[in-house]
Parts: sequence; structure tokens; C-alpha cells
Amino acid sequence: MSEFITYLVTGIALGSSFALIGSGFVVVHRVTRVVNFAQGSLAVLGAMLSASLLAGRLPHVVGEMVTVVVCGLVGVLVGVVAIGKRGTPPLISLIVTLGVSMLFSAAIIWLWGQDPVSPPGLDGFTTILGAEVERQRLLVLVVTLVAFAGLSLFFSRTYLGKALTASASNPFAARLVGIDVRRMGLVAFGLSGVLGGLAGVLVAPSNALSFYSDLPMALGGFAAAVFGGLVSPLRTLVGGLGLGVAGQLTAGYLNGSYQTEVALLLMMVIMIARSRSFAHEEAK
Amino acid sequence: MLHITDLVVRYGSAVALDGVSLEVGRGEMVALVGPNGAGKSTLINTVSGMLEPASGSVVVEGTVAQVPEGRQMFPDMSVEDNLLLGGWSIRNRQLDEVFDLLPDLAGMRRRKAGRLSGGQQQMVAIGRALMARPDLLAIDELSLGLAPIVVDELAEHLRYLNAERGTAVLLVEQEVTLAFRLCARACVLEAGRVVVTGPSSELAESDAVRKAYFGDLAELADVEVSR
Ligand SMILES: Nc1ncnc2c1ncn2[C@@H]1O[C@H](COP(=O)(O)OP(=O)(O)OP(=O)(O)O)[C@@H](O)[C@H]1O
Ligand SMILES: [Mg+2]
Repeated sequence: MSEFITYLVTGIALGSSFALIGSGFVVVHRVTRVVNFAQGSLAVLGAMLSASLLAGRLPHVVGEMVTVVVCGLVGVLVGVVAIGKRGTPPLISLIVTLGVSMLFSAAIIWLWGQDPVSPPGLDGFTTILGAEVERQRLLVLVVTLVAFAGLSLFFSRTYLGKALTASASNPFAARLVGIDVRRMGLVAFGLSGVLGGLAGVLVAPSNALSFYSDLPMALGGFAAAVFGGLVSPLRTLVGGLGLGVAGQLTAGYLNGSYQTEVALLLMMVIMIARSRSFAHEEAK
Repeated sequence: MLHITDLVVRYGSAVALDGVSLEVGRGEMVALVGPNGAGKSTLINTVSGMLEPASGSVVVEGTVAQVPEGRQMFPDMSVEDNLLLGGWSIRNRQLDEVFDLLPDLAGMRRRKAGRLSGGQQQMVAIGRALMARPDLLAIDELSLGLAPIVVDELAEHLRYLNAERGTAVLLVEQEVTLAFRLCARACVLEAGRVVVTGPSSELAESDAVRKAYFGDLAELADVEVSR
């Protein structure tokens, strides 16, 4: 029983990071219709940078915050490259973000080398329902929930958030009322950088990340985002958590090396199911 | 307050407007009529800055806001949010002024714009444009797809707005009768060129306009009579 709880809680914590990365996909896609595959790289960048900053004696919280802000700025840069040129079709932008993520891998090897990096996090364990759970993993969950609540308030309550939503909902009308749709796209890319960085900073203390962690992170996040139809943050959260738990249960009871396959399989099932429901909606 | 001179607008190599000149005075209401594909929407979109002229000039003394063809709601957002976003360019978040002019909007402020009837959406589109406190309101197809009663109500609001606030109006309207009734001056556009501009009363009398734009109505009337 306590074994099951452990898998459940670690799964939820891992799923939180998928959800965070997934929310980055969602934010960018909602506003620009672009799938940003540099999302996983930003998480890796977050892990590396926070490790360096914390090793350079920046205190906790400050080091992490600086990292997240830098990731946000890097996210904006990715946006400039991907959607900076007016009228770039979303599919072309997607390819550009793939290229950018390869550049990132190269840059990360150059700056930090090839070894996995694990910055310090919260130490110790907490006992939940008889299972020992790393405190860091609980932190991931809590921060994720706060981030999602903040995100949903931002989109529904603030003027800027509404302008972002409007740019996605009707770009023509948004332009008409004077919203700079491209700048809103860059804001979205910046936000996705923040979310990606946050994921990296939080996950790396428990699961060391290296330059090639970007793809698994991006895949998990993308699967969660697909569950949310690439537009719904709430369903992305649910999707991410579900994916994390499914992965941990598979790893625990079957075989650890099947984890990625499970993620891919789930994503395929969801996509097929969703494409049915899309067709259904269009038929209406 | 609006000076259009020798305006040429192209879509790729296709010429949509070919040397159009038009003036709208401060507080004036001008109708823009013409057959499908004449370039009316293109003209409106250029005036509001959505399209770039290939040559010629558009000078506006003041601000323009547009009520676009098809109303162009933010469908999943509330009426209130649609209106608030209308004020984005000047960061205007005061809804009271618009509710004073269009009281019906206050009653539907929490409803999703996508769920409203066509007439209600048109009112939201007008309210949203007014949030930018425009000196010139450029309206593309006021009556399209709306019931006559609704159209009359909207027309009344426009007249009031024009009289009270001195807001100039450039009105694209398929219903020539309505357009000429509402606007003292009119401009007829055909295949990207201005055919004739002048007082609506004179244009309504002119043979060319009657044939081209009242033709259908006249035939309908004949049918009625002969029955
Ligand atoms: N986005 C576009 N790309 C290419 N050609 C266009 C585009 N929009 C309009 N056109 C063409 O430009 C010309 C003018 O179109 P416009 O929409 O301005 O006419 P309109 O007078 O508003 O017509 P309607 O009464 O049907 O609304 C037409 O020949 C149309 O086919
Ligand atoms: Mg038109």
C-alpha cells in the first residue's frame, strides 16, 4: 500500500512538471497557434542556470527567481526568432522552434558540459499515508498548483491577460482595437519561458537533467497540453498529473524503461480520441 | 476630418481601389454604397489602418474606430470584456459612457458575445468601437442579416450619437434606402473607383444610381402592383 502511495505521489510530482511545461505549450499556442518545441530546452536551461547560480552562492529563492526571470527573457528571444517576422505561418514557426531547441542543446553542452546536473533543493522526507515522500516533490506540486491558479487569474482577470486571449480568439478584431498581436505573441513566449524555467528549477533537484532531457520533458509536456486540446490550462494540469502517475505506476510495477513509451501511447490515444471529437464538433 | 486622395490599394497584384478620393467633414455622416466587390470594405479597412495604401494618402484628423463586416466578436468573452478591449488603444476602461449611449448593452454585460443575436452583436460591435472615443466611426455593413426593426433601432442610435457627440460616420450599407436616409451625403463606388459623390437626395434621383441600386426594388414593386 505504501508502495502504491509512493508511486502516486512521485507520479503527481513528476506530472506537475509535465503540466508546467504543458502550460507553456498552451500559453504560446493559445495566443499564436504555434507549437513551441523549445519548451523542453527552457526547462533544461532553468536546471543548469539555477545549479550554477546556487553554486555561486546566490541564496535559495533568489537564485531560482533569477533563473526563472532569465528563462522568461530567453523565451521572448525564442519568440522573436519564431514569430518575429510578420505573417510567418505557425507551421514554419514550429520548425524554427525545433531548430532553436537544437541550438540550445549545443549551447548547453558548450556552457555546462554533457553531465546531468542537479541543483540543491529541499532536503528530507515527509510521511504521507505511511509513504515517505521527498519534500522537494511536494514543493513541485504546490508551486505548480499556485502557478496554474495564477495563470488562470491572469488570463481571466487582468487587462493584459484579456488582450492575450483576444489575440488568440480573433486576431483580426484584436488588431482592429489596437492590440499589437505580435507583441502579445512575444508576451506569451516570455510566459512560456517562465513556466519552462520553473519546471526545470523544480524538477532537477529530484531528477538530474542534462542537455538531452529536453526531448522527454517536451514530450511529456506536449502530451499534457494535447490532453488540454492545446488551449485549456486546467485540462493540461489534469493531463500532466495523469501522465505522471501512469508513468510512475508503469515504472514501479512493470518496467522503468517503458515510461516514455507509456507517455507516447497515451498521447496517441488522446490525439485519436480528440480528433474524433474535433470532427464531431465540426459536423455540428 | 477624413481626407482620402488618389488612394490605390492592392491585394498582391489585384487592384481593389484605383485612385479613390473622398472627404468626410467633422461631424458629417457619409454613406458609401456600391455593388459586391466594389472595394467598400477595402476602403474602410484602409481608413482604419488595417490595410496599407499602395499609393495615395489617407489623412485622419482625430481617431477612427471601425465596426467591421461580420461584427467580429471575441465570441468566448463576455460583452463587458469585448467592450473593455475596445478601449485598449487609449486604455479606456470606463463602460458608463457606452452604456449611456447604448443602454441595452448594460443588461447583457455578463453574457458571452458569441451567444448573442446578430442585432445584439452589432450593438456590441458599435459599443466596442465607441470605447476608443472615436472622432470618426467607420461602419462596414450595418444592416446585413438583421431584422428591419433592429436596423431601425441601430440607425436611431447612430443618429443620436452623431447629433450629441458630433461623431462623424462613414457608413457602408447595402440597403441604399437606409444609407441615403441616414446620411446627407453619399459616395458610389464601383470596381474600385468613385462613380459619383453628392447629396443623397440628388443621388437617389439620378438615373444611374436608380438603375444600378434600386433596380431590384423597382422590379419587386412592379410585381406587387401587377398582382
Ligand atoms: N484578402 C483579399 N485578398 C485578395 N483579394 C481580395 C481580398 N479582399 C478583397 N479582395 C478583392 O478586392 C475587391 C474588393 O473587395 P471588398 O471586400 O473591398 O469589396 P466590398 O465592396 O466590400 O464587397 P462586399 O459588398 O461583398 O462586401 C474584390 O474584387 C475582392 O475579391
Ligand atoms: Mg465588404
